[in-house]
Amino acid sequence: MKNRINQLFHDKKENILSVYFTAGYPQLDDTVTIIEQLVANGVDLIEIGMPFSDPVADGPVIQQSSLVALKNGMCIARLFEQLKGIREKVNIPLILMGYLNPVLQYGVEAFCQKCAEVGIDGLILPDLPLEEYHDSYREIFARHNLHNILLITPQTSEKRLHEIDEASHGFIYMVSSSSTTGVKSSVADFHLDYFERINQLKLQNPRLIGFGISNKETFDNACQYAQGAIIGSAFVKALGDNGSLDEKISKFVNQLVKGV
Amino acid sequence: MSYQVNRKGYYGEFGGAFIPEMMHPNIEELQEKYMEVINSYNFRQDFIALLKHYVGRPSPLYYARRMSEKYQSHIFLKREDLNHTGSHKINNTIGQILLAKALGKTRIIAETGAGQHGVATATVCALMDMKCIVYMGALDVQRQAPNVKKMRMLGAEVIAAESGNKTLKDATNEAMRDWINNPEDTHYIIGSVVGPHPYPDMVARFQSVISEEIKWQLDEQLGRELPTRVIACVGGGSNAAGAFYHFLDSEAVELIGVEAAGKGIETKETAATLTLGKPGVLHSSRSFVMQTNDGQIIEPYSISAGLDYPGIGPMHANLHATKRAKYLWATDDEVLEAALELTQLEGIIPALESAHALAALKKLSLKPEDVNVISLSGRGDKDMETYLNHFGY
Repeated sequence: MKNRINQLFHDKKENILSVYFTAGYPQLDDTVTIIEQLVANGVDLIEIGMPFSDPVADGPVIQQSSLVALKNGMCIARLFEQLKGIREKVNIPLILMGYLNPVLQYGVEAFCQKCAEVGIDGLILPDLPLEEYHDSYREIFARHNLHNILLITPQTSEKRLHEIDEASHGFIYMVSSSSTTGVKSSVADFHLDYFERINQLKLQNPRLIGFGISNKETFDNACQYAQGAIIGSAFVKALGDNGSLDEKISKFVNQLVKGV
Repeated sequence: MSYQVNRKGYYGEFGGAFIPEMMHPNIEELQEKYMEVINSYNFRQDFIALLKHYVGRPSPLYYARRMSEKYQSHIFLKREDLNHTGSHKINNTIGQILLAKALGKTRIIAETGAGQHGVATATVCALMDMKCIVYMGALDVQRQAPNVKKMRMLGAEVIAAESGNKTLKDATNEAMRDWINNPEDTHYIIGSVVGPHPYPDMVARFQSVISEEIKWQLDEQLGRELPTRVIACVGGGSNAAGAFYHFLDSEAVELIGVEAAGKGIETKETAATLTLGKPGVLHSSRSFVMQTNDGQIIEPYSISAGLDYPGIGPMHANLHATKRAKYLWATDDEVLEAALELTQLEGIIPALESAHALAALKKLSLKPEDVNVISLSGRGDKDMETYLNHFGY
């Protein structure tokens, strides 16, 4: 069975727009509406955040949205309930992103099984490092056709870049500069030499650049060095504004793509 | 059976290094170099000299005569409270600052709960002329004002962690985020035997001086190296790790850890992780964690800010799972009573953390011939306000 992530990168080679949001924020039951609106506005890939009480790789915006989502009652079991039937509505790749502990408590096998049932294509678990993935998770993920998306940073050694490339089957999540999410957000923070260095390595996997992508300028800049980019904190912040979800989402995506 | 860490950083099924990729270069560097550095001649020389001339080691092993009479059993106190800065925390910060220097780092970060580890870190940073940033939960900044002032006087910048419950767990999150954002010049001095490999093993080695001294001090006083049992309090578990370390393979020595039960293990206001937690991953290692069924971390509570942590070092998780050590708990009330008892029987005011170990005496069946060593991890100066409020002096 073909994975939708591979299909996307097969069909589209540039300016891929991936958007992250925290499930359960701003309201508990906004998940499906947000996904539908993002698709309606032309987003290529969606990362659905599973909130965690202690998100160490995240900056203040995603921390805050996670806290609100948990207070709203979000949990993995409820998220799967909400996502039931999502594949009758949207066909773009969907990725679940979150921290390892809630997944462990749900049960890794049961979690992957549910992912496959509702139509999830990949996972991003920042605190599941390559070594642990190889030892205990790879086989389970593969059995459920889930791609494990691994991160690289400006400090990742060349040897490790190749190991990560070897272990990746969807795309590589390229962290723009070593930071937590939503902390640095101007083109001036980008390490262009790093972007170019990675380009020249001829990795077998496509790449999306994330962390610090917040507007048209940073999005366009990142797209020059990779197949596309990921927006997280800036979108979550926009969801916190006043107005209807439809308006907020179309305004955000339009500003990002068209600059208006 | 080995109770030490294996090559992959595991104690049995506990430990590991569940780190985001952004932390990989720093953790890999530590994993590759820590043993080489701490076994080097220069490091050993500097470490031993500073412990002796700066910290004031060896700390006394004191035979508590009146306590022994009261409990009808021999009780020795390992006086970590007499160390410079008032607790065992300095053993670890001396080790880590020397390691940081050897690795060429110029900026030090740390987390702190009660402020003891923060003060011990700020102290060694002043000593070694290193930039020092200490993360402390905003609530603890208010509760532990004197330690905040001490750290500032020592030249450290204290940053209040405003996330979560604003206590130790949140300070740790913020310190990890700082390290992610400053990947090149910074060393993170973790204060306990928690965090990703190699921290649990590294901190345990620096603290192992406690049990190393207990052995020869007992030999000197009693003509025997091994006590019947060793008792220590456990939050993250660095003091207990150091007090147990050289007795781990002497199975005849009973090892007792005492967790903070707060207002009782049947209440929500508790920090008894091994008693109430389940295996999980928090702060980059697999261990017991206080958590909901959905895997969210539960905010702990204890009268002692130093034990107010929802996790525990993986070494202790393994000692618990293999039954090599036994873990009890003590409530706030039992702890206050034990602190007052030591104060009035021996003239020693203990830290609230250390009073947890003392409270275990009432829970054990002690024989007259038993030799009990209690690790008195810190002094009570920082807890005077709590004591005075409670006892009404």
